[in-house]
Amino acid sequence: MTSILRALLLGSAVAAAAPAMAENLKIGILFGFTGPIESLTPPMADGAELAMKEVSDSHLLRGGDTVTAVRGDSTCTDASAATAAAERLVTVDKIVALVGADCSGVTTAVLNNVAVPNNLLMISPSATSPALAADTDRGLFFRTAPSDARQGELLSKVLIDRGIKTAAVTYTNNDYGKGFADSFVAAYKAAGGKATLVIPHEDGKADYSAEVSALSVAGGETLVVLGYADQGGHGIIKASLDSGAFDSFAVGDGMHSEKLTADFGPGLKIFGTVPWTVGDGATKFAALAKAAGKKADSSFVRESYDAAALILLAIQKAGDPAKAAQHVMDVANGPGEKIYPGELAKALKILKDGGNVDYVGASDVQMIGTGESAGSYREFENKGGKFETVRMLTAE
Amino acid sequence: MTDLLNGLIHLTSMLVLPGLAYGSQLAFGALGVTLIFGVLRFSNFAHAEGMSLGTAVCILLTLWLQGKGIALGPLPTALIGMCLAVPVMALVFIGTDRALYQHFRRINARPEVFMIVSAGVMLIMNGAIRLIVGPDGREFEDGERFIVTAGGFRAWSGLAEPLVLKTSQAMTIGLALAVGFALFLFLNRTRSGRSMRAYADNRNLALLSGVDPDRIVRLTWVLVAVLSVTGGVLFGLDKGYRPFVYQQLLLPMFAAAVVGGLGSPLGAIAGSMIVAFSELALTFAWKKALGYLLPAAWAPEGLMQFLSTDYKFAISFLILVVVLLVRPAGLFGKPVK
Repeated sequence: MTSILRALLLGSAVAAAAPAMAENLKIGILFGFTGPIESLTPPMADGAELAMKEVSDSHLLRGGDTVTAVRGDSTCTDASAATAAAERLVTVDKIVALVGADCSGVTTAVLNNVAVPNNLLMISPSATSPALAADTDRGLFFRTAPSDARQGELLSKVLIDRGIKTAAVTYTNNDYGKGFADSFVAAYKAAGGKATLVIPHEDGKADYSAEVSALSVAGGETLVVLGYADQGGHGIIKASLDSGAFDSFAVGDGMHSEKLTADFGPGLKIFGTVPWTVGDGATKFAALAKAAGKKADSSFVRESYDAAALILLAIQKAGDPAKAAQHVMDVANGPGEKIYPGELAKALKILKDGGNVDYVGASDVQMIGTGESAGSYREFENKGGKFETVRMLTAE
Repeated sequence: MTDLLNGLIHLTSMLVLPGLAYGSQLAFGALGVTLIFGVLRFSNFAHAEGMSLGTAVCILLTLWLQGKGIALGPLPTALIGMCLAVPVMALVFIGTDRALYQHFRRINARPEVFMIVSAGVMLIMNGAIRLIVGPDGREFEDGERFIVTAGGFRAWSGLAEPLVLKTSQAMTIGLALAVGFALFLFLNRTRSGRSMRAYADNRNLALLSGVDPDRIVRLTWVLVAVLSVTGGVLFGLDKGYRPFVYQQLLLPMFAAAVVGGLGSPLGAIAGSMIVAFSELALTFAWKKALGYLLPAAWAPEGLMQFLSTDYKFAISFLILVVVLLVRPAGLFGKPVK
């Protein structure tokens, strides 16, 4: 008994005496591994772990630290389960930062109940609700996905630029749809457009002719559908075409699916906005993921890699994980050497030598405002059954 | 004159035709519900899932037929698939009855017990559908989708308002008339139909008169199979097949059967039309129609919508509650003394 105690004491004394010794940093990954987006989360977690492995293998983080990922289940919908999982990650696993959470609702809960009280840096790759931009996070929360509010503004710009001054709007009745519709309508009105009617639609219904009939009575040059291509949005377009109510549709990212043109014919008049990355970052990440045998083209995988990479670079810049949050903006934005996926070792070295980096990453990270990615979008349009890029819309 | 025509066309296209089609689809379901209630004496909660399963079987058979290159020209191939699915579903229903309901009939279980058993059957069928076709929606309509298209009608008539008539709508209304008529002939004119009604009216008296109860039960399930497969397939053709939206039909179907009086086939049809038109008319935006039909000075400003479309389901509930309070036996039911 005494000998064990002595050994323990000795061990802690050694650890305290040698702060420069390599540590094992634990980073939490809190995604909904069960629940409505369970098919998306495994590739996302793989993406985040890819960045951690890259840093860990380089032995360049601080005093040659290694990084271990600890996964937790956010369930995507159950705030209390997500909070409990995050609590466990902090108290039991002793994580120093968190990649996550995924869905906007649980992310808000974890941020307020766990991250803020514990001074924990959180970077979410996929929470897009505009409500998260509110400045109550004490500088601890960032996201590598752009807010839906941003897309609402850009979609409104697309309509105005096309000379469409009146439009009826329907959105899927959840946080995503409501936030998107609110920001779109506000921006559209400000730019001189008129939303004749704004109504929600429920997903999973058999028949949307009642909604479409109300929208058509209100009128408008085009119908703005902010929903999902395999859910209510599909039904709305079908009912509109069937009844001859609308023949042109403006849509958001949830409706970016060529299944629509397959179902309704290549002549379908549809255009809209979708987050889109072109350039070296995406290509380099695809090659990196392929070499590791992971999926690169699933939703939010690139953003997950970037979230983990930003956390680790910020820790390197700060030297102390507890102060990393103050340096996320520094490493995410310029000036400095541009860092692409697979170049994390180079970035760690530059930071170690006191230099600056401008992390570009897989999703072309550019942080704006209260710590969200500006995002780049493309305006797309159906041309003969294929969605083609009209132009890229980037942050101004 | 043009305004009047426009207004009437608008109402026909947006309200009357969809209402008739939806009412007919409900009627197929409500007839099945009322038949089971009348003859087998229980509320079948699994009815909507039965319709969905029947449609799923029909879709598989339709795909097989399409693979063989069989088509009906302008009509959907699903019509043949539907005929083939009926015997399959009849076997499924009779098998379910043999495995479950028969036992509870034999021990003279109370109707509530049957109801709970049917809820169990609903869950099992729900799982079976997931296994057979999966949870995703699918389109299985082929042939000519429209009889009258919006663009075609506008060009032909020169009116501002389009008239739309879908093949599936016309087929639904036509088949509802035909099947309804055939059902009445069967129940009123044939020996089997009469013994079924006798069994429904007074089970003991019918048994004493030599009616074979097992035969009546089998016959009922066969009729239910015809009604639910036809109704399910027509609903799927009209709105696109999604396996689990049929559950949402359960409440309007029961509301329709109760409004008409449980156990009364005529009542089920009338009740279905009442429920369908109430749902549509109360959530319909009347602005355009009134704008055409009223003098310009009276044209309304707002949408003239009594209820938001979100409340569509609440209307069946409302009708159900009002009927149970005011006339519990329904329009065509026999009041219990």
